[in-house]
Amino acid sequence: MTSSRAGSPDSQPAEQTTTAARPLSAHPPKISAERARKFGSWYYAEHALKVMNGYRWTLLAYSVGNPVMYLFAMGVGLATLVDSNSAESVFGGVSYLAFIAPALLSSATIMTAATEFTYPVMDGFKWRRVYYGPHASPLAVHQIVNGYIIAISLRLFLMSAVYFAIVAAFGASPSAWGSVAIVVAVVCGLSFGLPLMAYSASITEDKGQFALVMRFIVTPLFLFSGTFFPLETLPLGLRWIGWISPLWHGTELGRVLTYGYAEPLWLSAVHVLYLVALALLGWVLARRVYERRLGK
Amino acid sequence: MPNQTIPNYVISADRLSKHYGDFVAVDGISFDVPQGESFGLLGPNGAGKSTTMKMIGGVSQRTSGKLTIMGLDPEQHGPEVRAHLGVVPQQDNLDEELRVRDNLLVYGRYFGLPMSYLKPKADELLEFAQLTDKAKAKVDSLSGGMKRRLTIARSLINEPKILLLDEPTTGLDPQARHILWDRLFRLKESGVTLILTTHYMDEAEQLCDRLVVVDKGQIMAEGSPARLIREHSTREVLELRFGSERNTTVAADLAGIGERLEPLPDRVLIYTDDGEAALEQVTARGLHPITSLVRRSSLEDVFLRLTGRSLVD
Repeated sequence: MTSSRAGSPDSQPAEQTTTAARPLSAHPPKISAERARKFGSWYYAEHALKVMNGYRWTLLAYSVGNPVMYLFAMGVGLATLVDSNSAESVFGGVSYLAFIAPALLSSATIMTAATEFTYPVMDGFKWRRVYYGPHASPLAVHQIVNGYIIAISLRLFLMSAVYFAIVAAFGASPSAWGSVAIVVAVVCGLSFGLPLMAYSASITEDKGQFALVMRFIVTPLFLFSGTFFPLETLPLGLRWIGWISPLWHGTELGRVLTYGYAEPLWLSAVHVLYLVALALLGWVLARRVYERRLGK
Repeated sequence: MPNQTIPNYVISADRLSKHYGDFVAVDGISFDVPQGESFGLLGPNGAGKSTTMKMIGGVSQRTSGKLTIMGLDPEQHGPEVRAHLGVVPQQDNLDEELRVRDNLLVYGRYFGLPMSYLKPKADELLEFAQLTDKAKAKVDSLSGGMKRRLTIARSLINEPKILLLDEPTTGLDPQARHILWDRLFRLKESGVTLILTTHYMDEAEQLCDRLVVVDKGQIMAEGSPARLIREHSTREVLELRFGSERNTTVAADLAGIGERLEPLPDRVLIYTDDGEAALEQVTARGLHPITSLVRRSSLEDVFLRLTGRSLVD
């Protein structure tokens, strides 16, 4: 993530002219306000990325190690067993590895989103009150929200790209459309993460809510969203978990893209709409909750 | 764009109020601050000082009244108003995951300031805040006083003409406070308008040209520290301690000495222009306090006089 290092002077060419003349005099407040109105979200994203840059090796190790570990365990271990014991038709005519790879990709972004949109949000409002610094600057509240989302989206994107490259190296993405699954995975992460961001921002007392979210929402979604087996193999009474789960929608879409999994076009459209709608809803709610809480 | 005329006052508040539900935090206060003045809001915790600061800082909406900063209404021109200000909040909110210098750089970016300005400026401010050798340190390794100085350095990154300081030295040891006062005094000398809240009378006396005494969301008095003391107190105060049981009972025997008598649980205060003479009168009446002290009147006495309560820590 070194490339994302915040604020290198050439990141905004428009600013160079003002600086060359008088190096140690700040531009007038009016210009600060204009720039903040235009680029405020990016400024906050820069901040968030700079913080992440401090953990770049950890993040990189996680982004590479996690997929390698999962794909190796599932693709070499479990898949050998599953492939030799099931009819080809069970997983749509592809290997078990190809079947679970899109699911692992989407669940990785959801897991990451579940971390990035919970504790750091609480940190911003309560523990270290990081939001109150930028709040007193020319930035507007919604730009703090947007900037953080931009930074996390970038993180999800890089992570998914690494994940996908490894999946492709395992030969588990035969389709030419496979790489689009990277974008789907990012949207999938946001569709779960942004509503969670709004919820996290509404919490004033930490009573272990985030642990509950992990245990009773993230884990069941991970297990019952058609991740390791097709949703249809679940009893009808449990399938609704998949239907409401962003992970299921993201995974199914990923399967269409990576190995041409056959599903009606309208269903693919539903997946896209559902994910985008959840993300948008979360975004609007998060902005509202942030405005209310910071503006007190 | 808002009108571009140069305002007479950098800050102007007219019957400014803020309610939280039924609770009235700020109750119709009015004041004007000319450029370059060091203006203080003195009052106990919960008096409405911080709420007033948040409204001036353009981060909290008022319930009623008028407020302009550099001629601009912070609710209509939030980014413009905030671009004029440097803000030192009551609680430090530095990014502890970043290093000391990076905190300044990141903050400067919020003002759209380019790195070619920010890098030398950050070094200059670190020097001003006596933190040069900590530039690469993690923020959480700093002492309370250092964090405070870093917060002040951060607030200066955009070269603001108005600096808002909410309880700048609360929680610091005396030495750290004096270092901070020295830095603030230099800023004042360079022409920066300082707006500060405090519940320390010595801080108000040291730093403020003019102040308002605030209690329960209202302004009780206004003026320079010296004028407030002159108007609301006597020149000197005689403090007598007779032991915790006797302080209130002995008050009756002291009647008539000095201009005014203030019996407190731990001591009796006699307000007079000549403390030594008053002490002689006390002993002449056959009263022998355990300790006695003659001192000059302070803002604490003004506050006690105006509100009947002391500025408790």
